[in-house]
Amino acid sequence: MSAIRFDDVWKEYGDHIVLERITMEVEPRAFIALVGPSGCGKTTLLRMLLGEEQPTRGQILVDGKPLPGEPDADRGVVFQRYSVFPHLTVLQNVMLGRELRDAKFTGRLFGAARRAAADEAIKLLAEVGLAGQEGKYPSALSGGMQQRLALAQAIMRGPKILLLDEPFGALDPGIRADIHLLMKRLWNETHLTVVMVTHDLSEAFGLATRVIALERQRNRPEERDRYGATVSRDLEIFPRRSAELRSSVQPAPTGTTRSGKEHQPGRPGALVLKEQP
Amino acid sequence: MRLVNLRPGRQTRFYLLALPFVLVAIAYFAGSSARLAQNPNDKLLPALPSMVQAVKQMAFEVDARTGGYLMASDTVASLGRLGSALAISTAAALVLGIVIGLLPGANALLGPFVSVTSMVPPLALLPILFIVMGLGENSKIALIVIGTLPCMIRDLAMKVQELPREQIVKAQTLGASTWQIALRVAMPQTLPRLIDVLRLQLGPAWLFLIAAEAIASDSGLGYRIFLVRRYLAMDVIIPYVAWITLLAFLIDVGLRVMQRRLFPWFASVRAE
Repeated sequence: MSAIRFDDVWKEYGDHIVLERITMEVEPRAFIALVGPSGCGKTTLLRMLLGEEQPTRGQILVDGKPLPGEPDADRGVVFQRYSVFPHLTVLQNVMLGRELRDAKFTGRLFGAARRAAADEAIKLLAEVGLAGQEGKYPSALSGGMQQRLALAQAIMRGPKILLLDEPFGALDPGIRADIHLLMKRLWNETHLTVVMVTHDLSEAFGLATRVIALERQRNRPEERDRYGATVSRDLEIFPRRSAELRSSVQPAPTGTTRSGKEHQPGRPGALVLKEQP
Repeated sequence: MRLVNLRPGRQTRFYLLALPFVLVAIAYFAGSSARLAQNPNDKLLPALPSMVQAVKQMAFEVDARTGGYLMASDTVASLGRLGSALAISTAAALVLGIVIGLLPGANALLGPFVSVTSMVPPLALLPILFIVMGLGENSKIALIVIGTLPCMIRDLAMKVQELPREQIVKAQTLGASTWQIALRVAMPQTLPRLIDVLRLQLGPAWLFLIAAEAIASDSGLGYRIFLVRRYLAMDVIIPYVAWITLLAFLIDVGLRVMQRRLFPWFASVRAE
């Protein structure tokens, strides 16, 4: 749950300008969908949010503070591929974040701490529809299940912002619809601000509170290098959609719950997750 | 049907597998009996019974001079050298491979150096090793280490760099420090690849072992072969070569089985 501000952000690779004049505010608990044609810099924008790349000009602020220059536990991520670790079982994948947090030197938990983490991970796995798969390796799971696992793994660590890089792009339509329901539910029941890059407009409009289109304003061949893409459309979904804060652990911060809620298809209140301090 | 689509069945596969071995054996024994028919004292291509006799003497009869079984003590000496050298190489390659593969700074510092040292012909260094370390076990082990380590480091660092960038980023978003990334992400995924790298270096390792033993040693499989060469004792040399080949083959199979057992997830990763 964090506000993000882009302050006149540019991204250039040498002479090539990819993104220019990106200025926008993202309110806490928003669900942003970034859309646009291939090569318009959606993923670059996401990678800057992730800390994997730095803006050439301008800055990105999270809750008023400049973004750290490398990825950290405040920002979870799910990629289209390679999001889960192939050498860990499903359960180990989900527990990893907890182990990394609590065991700085060994990176492993033992005894009671391990059991507690495992219990929590099993609960979370059941939430995302992976009950009974705990002992399998990711390669034994279908693509949709792997992405569910990746979501559970990211959420287990309790990030403030969740970044999704075409996470459902490679899935069959039926499976995608299921995982969309899951995604909505996770967004409703955790304290996440979500930024999702997608190719799929119906996915963008179906999930997000706000759809942002990136586009090159000038696209003639001789202009292509010197003019980057920028925000061409910034659409608030109507009727307004906002996260329902069902978790009783934390009171709703002011300004995040609004009236006129849309019907939420998720199951209520099942996910009990505390926000990380 | 096109040859590219012709897949042998189980049984055919077995016959095909056996065929080259059988052909080599036939060629040998045909040549051997032809030469022996001409000259019964011929030593170049000994017949099977004389090799069996030699093996019996080397392997199962107590040597009058040393009071031990020669083939067994040679094997123990050689495998000891090979084992300790490969243990050193493997451990060092694991650490350095991960450090170079994971840290861009370490790669800039050591990557070119390792590439250059892997080009040094190790046998050319053998005189230096003998001069510096003496003729004992150390110089032989050092030769094998020098001969295998740079290639192992280079290969392993490359395998670490081939880990998807997404995984390293993902680990950071789960709060991993550099140390934790090395320990929980890079190392476990490097171990099965380390076995691949080790298998590739088995051949060179044996080469350097035999070479070092041939030049200065008082025990070992290579030492024995080069010793009995003076008497043209092909009836000892050929079984020894077969024995060395069998040992190398068994080590290779053992490593492959170990890889499958210890890293059940690896097969599907490699298939990608």
